[in-house]
Amino acid sequence: MSKNPPILRESATFDRLTIQEIHRAAETGIYDIRGGGTKRRVPHFDDLLLLGSSISRYPLEGYREKCGTDVILGDRYASKPLHLKIPITIAGMSFGSLSAQAKEALGRGATIVGTSTTTGDGGMTPEERGQSETLVYQYLPSRYGMNPDDIRKADAIEVVLGQGAKPGGGGMLLGMKVTERVAGMRTLPIGVDQRSACRHPDWTGPDDLAIKIAELREITDWEKPIYVKIGATRTYYDVKLAVKAGADVIVLDGMQGGTAATQEVFIEHVGIPILPAIPLAVRALQEMGMHRKVQLIVSGGIRTGADVAKAMALGADAVSIGTAALIALGDNHPSLDEELHKIGSAAGFYDDWHEGKDPAGITTQDPVLSKRLDPVLAGHRLANYLRVLVLEAQTMARACGKSHLRNLDTDDLVALTVEAAAMARVPLAGTSWIPGQQGY
Amino acid sequence: MKNVDLSTTAVRELNQALHEQAKQLTEREWAVTHPAGQHNIAAGVDEALKIDIHGHAGYYCAGMNKKADVTIHGNVGVGVAENMMSGVVRVKGSASQSAGATAHGGLLVIEGDAGARCGISMKGVDIVVRGDAGHMSCFLGQAGRFVVCGDVGENLGDSLYEVHIYVKGKVKSLGSDCIEKEMRPEHLQELTELLARASVEEDPKAFRRYGSARQLYNFKVDNAHAY
Repeated sequence: MSKNPPILRESATFDRLTIQEIHRAAETGIYDIRGGGTKRRVPHFDDLLLLGSSISRYPLEGYREKCGTDVILGDRYASKPLHLKIPITIAGMSFGSLSAQAKEALGRGATIVGTSTTTGDGGMTPEERGQSETLVYQYLPSRYGMNPDDIRKADAIEVVLGQGAKPGGGGMLLGMKVTERVAGMRTLPIGVDQRSACRHPDWTGPDDLAIKIAELREITDWEKPIYVKIGATRTYYDVKLAVKAGADVIVLDGMQGGTAATQEVFIEHVGIPILPAIPLAVRALQEMGMHRKVQLIVSGGIRTGADVAKAMALGADAVSIGTAALIALGDNHPSLDEELHKIGSAAGFYDDWHEGKDPAGITTQDPVLSKRLDPVLAGHRLANYLRVLVLEAQTMARACGKSHLRNLDTDDLVALTVEAAAMARVPLAGTSWIPGQQGY
Repeated sequence: MKNVDLSTTAVRELNQALHEQAKQLTEREWAVTHPAGQHNIAAGVDEALKIDIHGHAGYYCAGMNKKADVTIHGNVGVGVAENMMSGVVRVKGSASQSAGATAHGGLLVIEGDAGARCGISMKGVDIVVRGDAGHMSCFLGQAGRFVVCGDVGENLGDSLYEVHIYVKGKVKSLGSDCIEKEMRPEHLQELTELLARASVEEDPKAFRRYGSARQLYNFKVDNAHAY
């Protein structure tokens, strides 16, 4: 009788990834840095379902009846609010973390479908402004490249207080990407490991924020919408304070939202997913009588039209995409697998965006690699992807009997898990139970 | 000269009128009275105007200034001349915290004292403080010149990049990566010219120079204790 091979039991606590990280830490003495958002499984839009129609609801004809997609952003105070054709925007990502070609491609793709793109922690590039019909200018703690001329060129201003991948943390751009052009735009020495501030340098607290927003309005003669972007944490209170401070638009980013570079431990252990954050924000807005008056843009893990529809059904006015947009440009494409293996990764896994070796030419400042990305072609890929998201969302909205994406609401949703039901505040499928809302 | 009384005119109206000068210059000299500590006075000016503010101003006075010569005949609140690009801002009194924050260019003169974080993240502006400056002054300073004729509080120049710092009085402590450096002839000349431009009469030889040790420009495990 042959002997059975031994069954090796892997520790749930000290699994291979954990052991690898302990060895890595012991060898290098420094934390691991990577790009992207959380990789752990968290309650997400996949845990929700849209109900569609049968007898109690009347669907719209999928190929005949109109389902609107446009959205107006920033009409609370701004004299020139944005009117986008679709409720899917491109999130803020910096020139520096991304190549100039990638920024141009984002602008081209967004413009083709009538939506906005957003600058990042490094200022506004001519390529980006030139190719973006609607451009949101981020106002970050570092104020790299910040100047009143670019503020006036922008279509809206986004005061960034945090992002989902690292709420409470500042930006990071390691020396290999701080090239002459990037350093010049940021007034930094070439090659430094740039660590951005996490707090704004000239205000602290919500009362100061109100004055800061008023200053930005004064500088732009009250024309531009002012967004306030927050990472999802104490969302209910943060949204209330941002509205009180005078925001036209709230941008809420969950922990699945990507970053160019941050400590792995930060990405995985700080902040909350977008699913529970949306109802917290909506409740805060509703209590202030500002839901739909101050628009809510949500981001962090938007991948499909289903995600778009579910986010809007939960109460968002629009969504924003970052990681998915980079993938649409060509990031992590299977054709790059061989090259990615050479730098210790593989297609579908590459997240060392901070190292600047991206063979797709997207998360790099290497001139040779950057030139691989054709901004026109990549822009069309992004536009195609955005069109698919819209078509998918419209399909679901029509099935729910809605003539506009904004008409989706929580009555159209159920949850597959108790956790998702509790977080999203919609009934567990097949029941009328919303955990925590009926006394148990 | 155009006179604007902020006891009867809104700051919004004043700023709109100042901004319109960039499109069509009709009045170069402006006198603003009764500011009463209001915020955002003369923010976003984009023309070579001469603006005198007679009284105390609140937050972000002359914020993002370009080209204008602004004098505040009183004290100012947080963030005077924040993100200034060019021109001159002169405070006859004292300034609250974050004076000249992130400013890229121009000259900021504070004839009284400056609060905490004066010159934080400065990106090319020249700042001259005739009195004392508070703690964390020039924190994350990137470029420009920072001069204090009096004393400076704790952690001067913490996480400094390439700002040239000159202090005549006592420095309570230096921040991470900020060190005292030799005052060479070219620095004396630079300081002499800067003091003259600020109309501040001081002996440049009485100052000491500080700058970045450049040890924290890149991640090094051995520097972890510095944070």
